[in-house]
Amino acid sequence: MASEAVLRRRSAGHRLAGLFHGRRRLQIGALLAGPIGWLVIGYLGSLALLLVAAFWSVDPLSGLTVKEFTLENFEALFNEPVYRTIVWRTIRTALLVTLTDAIIAFPIAFYMAKVASRRGKALLVVGILLPLWSSYLVKVYAWRTLLSAGGAINWALEPIGLHGPGYGTTAVWLVFSYLWLPYMILPIYAGLERIPNSLISASEDLGASPFTTFRRVILPLSFPAVVAGSIFTFSLTLGDYITPRLVSNDQFIGNVIFSNIANNQPFAAALAMVPIVVMIAYLLVARKLGAFEHV
Amino acid sequence: MMLRVAVAVGLAFIYIPLIVIVIYAFNSSKILEWPPPGFTTHWFSQAFKDEAAREAFFTSIKAGIAATAIALVLGTLASLAVARQRFFGRETISFLVILPIALPGIVTGVAISNTFTQVLDVPLSLFTVIVGHATFCIVVVYNNAVARLRRLSGSFEEASADLGAHTWQTFRYVTFPGMKSALIAGALLAFALSFDEIIVTNFTIGAGEQTLPIWIFSNLFRPHELPIVNAVAVVMVLISIIPVYLAHRLGGEDAGAPGRGGGGGVETEATAVP
Amino acid sequence: MRSRRGNPARAAWLVLAGLVVVMLAIAGCGGGGSDTTGGGSSDEALQKVGKGEGQLNLISWAGYVEPEWTKPFEQETGCKVSDKEAGTSDEMVELMKTGQYDGVSASGNATARMVAAGTVAPVNTDLVPNYKTVFSDLKDQPYNTFEGVNYGIPHGRGANLLMWNKDDVKPAPDSWDVMFDPKMAAKYKGKISVYDESSYIADAAMYLKFHQPDLGIENPYELNEEQFNAAIDLLKEQQANVGEYWSEAAKQISAFAGGDVTVGTTWQYQYFALKEEGAPMEASPASQGFLPKEGATGWSDTWMIAKDAKHPNCMYEWMNWIISPKANAEVAEYFGEAPAQELACKETKNPNFCKEYHAEEPDFWKRVYYWETPLADCGNGEENCMDYNDWVKAWTSIKG
Repeated sequence: MASEAVLRRRSAGHRLAGLFHGRRRLQIGALLAGPIGWLVIGYLGSLALLLVAAFWSVDPLSGLTVKEFTLENFEALFNEPVYRTIVWRTIRTALLVTLTDAIIAFPIAFYMAKVASRRGKALLVVGILLPLWSSYLVKVYAWRTLLSAGGAINWALEPIGLHGPGYGTTAVWLVFSYLWLPYMILPIYAGLERIPNSLISASEDLGASPFTTFRRVILPLSFPAVVAGSIFTFSLTLGDYITPRLVSNDQFIGNVIFSNIANNQPFAAALAMVPIVVMIAYLLVARKLGAFEHV
Repeated sequence: MMLRVAVAVGLAFIYIPLIVIVIYAFNSSKILEWPPPGFTTHWFSQAFKDEAAREAFFTSIKAGIAATAIALVLGTLASLAVARQRFFGRETISFLVILPIALPGIVTGVAISNTFTQVLDVPLSLFTVIVGHATFCIVVVYNNAVARLRRLSGSFEEASADLGAHTWQTFRYVTFPGMKSALIAGALLAFALSFDEIIVTNFTIGAGEQTLPIWIFSNLFRPHELPIVNAVAVVMVLISIIPVYLAHRLGGEDAGAPGRGGGGGVETEATAVP
Repeated sequence: MRSRRGNPARAAWLVLAGLVVVMLAIAGCGGGGSDTTGGGSSDEALQKVGKGEGQLNLISWAGYVEPEWTKPFEQETGCKVSDKEAGTSDEMVELMKTGQYDGVSASGNATARMVAAGTVAPVNTDLVPNYKTVFSDLKDQPYNTFEGVNYGIPHGRGANLLMWNKDDVKPAPDSWDVMFDPKMAAKYKGKISVYDESSYIADAAMYLKFHQPDLGIENPYELNEEQFNAAIDLLKEQQANVGEYWSEAAKQISAFAGGDVTVGTTWQYQYFALKEEGAPMEASPASQGFLPKEGATGWSDTWMIAKDAKHPNCMYEWMNWIISPKANAEVAEYFGEAPAQELACKETKNPNFCKEYHAEEPDFWKRVYYWETPLADCGNGEENCMDYNDWVKAWTSIKG
């Protein structure tokens, strides 16, 4: 029969596709097996193994983990005031950096999205992305030399009687703002692009000043994109330990985790819970604000 | 007018430190004093001759390609599930995928390193580095792919099925061509991420190997090597102009898909960032 | 527009709940992974040195593994040397736990920990011919011999230096006052460079031993709570004046060279590097030939071999090589420390080198407090001294 002949000529791929046809669960399962396996079993599993150590302790001489349940790490974390100082310093810097980057990024992103010509847009996008390709370490070190006592910043400011910030918390804020700026510009740019120009024209037609148009039309529509960008500026600042080490003496959360990871992994795991909890909370808020569509 | 000033100031902020790096790369003195005393291209020739730098460079390339390949596969699979199907926990996928990059690198690095050395008894090597990189690169590909799939109407795929194509054929002839440029843009960004990564790499790399960032870190404070590092950084930026430009052009192409948003804005997935 | 069915946050909570359940399950089962067994079991030193394996992976301090003496070593033994520089003992202990290295140049605040953690094996000194002519006051010391078993080959020893920029710091200091005395340190506020590891607490304790004798400090590494707190307070006062806490030698060099710091603790290695660049540095005991009034902390380093090292033959070859007269002389002069090998004194380029570095004067070293691991055991029968975990935690709170 003709239909049998057709059936016999189906390729292996065709038959396999037939297996999936109509079976939605199987399709979803096959698609997700790889990614979920990797992320849940591999990544989350590894995280769980690390974090469970927070409930253990360490033998002071050998540095070997003592796998008995204890809350002493968390007690130390809450009782010693220095950890509160460090956590607050890190979060505060992350928020400041996010704010700074949002302020610097917005005009650039707006210009790219709404004002620049097609060529200009391409040039600017390339121009913004290019610094991402120069090594993070080299950029931080460049700032280190800029900020040093004999560096370019002091060289430029001293003739007019001013003084550069030198190394310290201000330097850390400056460098972080510098490093993560492209990560803020690009999502805002993408978000602004999606705002139809007709909306802006309509607002102007109705008599709004540029500032009012910005405040009541552009900003609310682009806010989720700003939040999307903030996910990166906030999280990258929260966990970084290299920049604070290179341009300051400050201890950030990452620094204390790093200095404890060798000889006291349980304590480091307890410390690590702090940025994880903070970050998950931040992500949940960001998702509520619609950032996940603009990431 | 004010806008142009703000843009100029922003761009100056971005580029002044890079210009400093370039100046130091041509600096004739080894000590980083300001202003630099003289000009030389000596460091560039040294950089090309430096064996450790070359090896590190190729190691980074190998790791980047492998990590990007894995991220491409996993990210595409996940995006197809999320953008085209409905199921329990769908919203969680986006959340899950972004975790490796949102959580501190040191946590990701130590977790993966511990699992390999203590649980699986696998020694650290380029393989473990690739696993670490792929994990946080997935999100870049995923975001680009999902953004593109959301704009590609599902009706094309239904039409293809109606015309008798089975699942693979539909994917190969309809979905994939529509996604291709977004995937390439995602792949380029993933590669860039992997190429420059230091923290996770630090914890997952074996004793005898170095990626380029690790090489840079080990030489950053050596007065004799630092100028070479600057030269290497400059070369990296110059080489990267091509892929960055490509990513932008490709990400912007919207062959056949109904555009969203009036105003003729070119949707660039290249901007669906790390 | 979002038109999601279901509560997005709920799905996220499910993921977290799953994570917590997994964690608790692992904790309940007493841990999944196997821990390294405590040291001592089946620890056997090598019985015979065989053919070199062609490769050697070392962890060392900056300046200990340099081409000047590794290249001839590679040519003679065929063992290609790959070296990982570490900035602190903590780093070294951690790196050794990965099991990827064959040997390490360990200071006294790392040796005991590595033996206890089981990451190093005993050394059969019969297989190291040059060991016979090592200075006798370096053999069988508490930092390289544990329960009568030798765990390493002495590398060399030195005292930590007080270094200052002679154009900025006047008059030339002869005491650690300039860094610890609140009035004097305030003169150099923001320009002081301090070593970034908990072992520096011993420097404060050593200072107090001299200036506050009623505290009763004998060994700056064995401190009871009262002595410990006094040292911590001193360091917290100092913190306000500190410009930099350094752990990478080269970072300190660039800080001094750039004028960011003008006085601090350092090693000979940095001092030499700065002098070579023409920086106006002075240091004690290097150029002054004596120790500051209070003495100094220092180190006596030991090459240790990893347990289950992948290239044990090459490691034994290295241990013999590094204390051979010529190589030990080279490394001692390069880094600026007293050699471990007696015969090296005849091989140094500077004929007075050993004399300048007090290599043959056991009395000099009595005022140098080698780095040690702080333990609860006070060594005088009491068990209430602060242990290593306490030191590390305190260091974090000192830096603030």
